[in-house]
Amino acid sequence: MEHIEKQETQAIIEIKNLKKVFKVKDGQVNALDDINLKIGQGEIYGIIGMSGAGKSTLVRCINLLEKPTSGQVFIDKKDISAIEEKELRTVRYSLGMIFQQFNLLSQRTAEQNILFPLEIAGVDKETAKKRTAELLSLVGLADKAKAYPSQLSGGQKQRIAIARALANNPKILLCDEATSALDPSTTKAILKLLKEINEKLGITIVIITHEMSVVEEICTHVAIIDKSHIAEEGTVEEVFRNPQTEIARKMILPERDDVQTDLADQAYRLVFDEHSSSEAVIAKMVVETKCLVNILHAELQNIEGVSYGQMVVQFGDDDRGRDKAISYLKANQILVEEVK
Amino acid sequence: MWDPTMTPLIIKGIFETLYMTLASTFLAYVLGIPMGILLVTSEEGGIKPFKALNLLLNIVVNITRSIPFLILLIAVIPFTRLITGTSIGSTATIVPLVLAAAPFIARLVESSLKEVDQGIVEASLSMGASPMQIVTKVLIPEAKPSLLMGAAIAVTTILGYSAMAGIVGGGGLGDIAIRFGYYRYETGVMIVTVVLLVIIVQFFQEVGMRIAQKSDKRK
Ligand SMILES: Nc1ncnc2c1ncn2[C@@H]1O[C@H](COP(=O)(O)OP(=O)(O)OP(=O)(O)O)[C@@H](O)[C@H]1O
Ligand SMILES: [Mg+2]
Repeated sequence: MEHIEKQETQAIIEIKNLKKVFKVKDGQVNALDDINLKIGQGEIYGIIGMSGAGKSTLVRCINLLEKPTSGQVFIDKKDISAIEEKELRTVRYSLGMIFQQFNLLSQRTAEQNILFPLEIAGVDKETAKKRTAELLSLVGLADKAKAYPSQLSGGQKQRIAIARALANNPKILLCDEATSALDPSTTKAILKLLKEINEKLGITIVIITHEMSVVEEICTHVAIIDKSHIAEEGTVEEVFRNPQTEIARKMILPERDDVQTDLADQAYRLVFDEHSSSEAVIAKMVVETKCLVNILHAELQNIEGVSYGQMVVQFGDDDRGRDKAISYLKANQILVEEVK
Repeated sequence: MWDPTMTPLIIKGIFETLYMTLASTFLAYVLGIPMGILLVTSEEGGIKPFKALNLLLNIVVNITRSIPFLILLIAVIPFTRLITGTSIGSTATIVPLVLAAAPFIARLVESSLKEVDQGIVEASLSMGASPMQIVTKVLIPEAKPSLLMGAAIAVTTILGYSAMAGIVGGGGLGDIAIRFGYYRYETGVMIVTVVLLVIIVQFFQEVGMRIAQKSDKRK
């Protein structure tokens, strides 16, 4: 009981029994159903899923751009789904948001775009001007203050959008496919900036994406959303190491299915983590147990600077040799499971 | 061939036309801008939905817009008298011009505001902007080039209407064209007034477009 309460005090975003139904001409769309999530202070929380799974709807429910059909959204323990419009606006000052299409005001310069949320919040001119200059240098675009969005590249636009979202010192930054319109190297740079912001300013970040690589790159936690439901949720490490659901496996290891289908012999999945991820273990195992191994599929991923590996293997015909090999691997802290 | 006594008359006509057009445009915008804004904001899915108001505005705008200007011109004569004390001359013409142009301008404003990227409105909402702030800080500034373009169309359309008012003694170049050119078969006067009208329309159109393009930061 005490343990649970302790966790609750740390949750900066909590979603309870959230349901969102859209009424459309020919009936209704259940965009979200039975969503329960807790996002802790300082986390970089990824929400990933296929197109149409309900990711955007979910993130838009967090700042109530979308009104939940039922359920509650707590920000800092305050139920924002139950407050007046006017109070909600003030709450929104502390929830920054960035978008796939940047959504900068086209008739304002970069500088004036960053000033915009400060004007809205009624910050005095002097302070606002200073804050804008700070933010421009935080995102590395001090020299572009006077440029209009049409004169900026996609990456630069997103940097300005990030600066704008941070203007009122939010506690939370919501990102809806913030890097999906950018090329891979610009994506990396933007993700790095987000990570810096998280580390330097302690801002909790929620990232919506359909790309696993984005989650791998910066997230600490991840929720996999599938057909309006949360399929699986946890730290990136847990979920990547040992995905429980079909959809999670599909998103993490897209090719694994093909490998399994043409297996005659029993195959095993070996999961490596920070203590063990070295192929030398396999070599040593062969030497020590004299059991031969056939590697069907192998891949290594870099999550948060630690390498995690997945390997699908078959062992030699001899059952005893196989058992020995498996216990050898287990002794070396490698997770071994049968592939069905 | 040209009767020199016509010259001061024509010059007076130019000024009357400009006076009617600009004064009517200004007053019609005073009415049309709020109407256009409300048409957009009160719409379903707008930033402040208000079904009844939206329906009412749409009905008013549609009815006024479907009345031919000449009929409106005559129908509102009692109202014009009430306001200006007379029903002839350029000041009197301003009344029907404003009544006819305001709903037209409301539609122009509505369509300009609707061109504003919904994503920008959404981003502003996410920052905690109020409906009023969205109108004044987002919709109008973002739609500025398009609004200016609309204004050029409005001025030239109102100018055309003002010439039509010549039929009931509305003053201006249209009045001269009808009195001299049409009733007295003075073709020279007719041609001169028409050419002047074309030049004035061209001028407003050109200036409006230039200003609109110059103000647009999207390119
Ligand atoms: N305003 C709306 N009206 C009706 N249906 C909607 C609306 N917004 C979303 N939906 C539906 O809700 C479901 C979830 O949509 P959502 O935009 O959240 O998906 P998503 O996971 O963000 O997808 P993508 O990766 O393509 O952006 C979809 O079936 C979509 O068609
Ligand atoms: Mg989406």
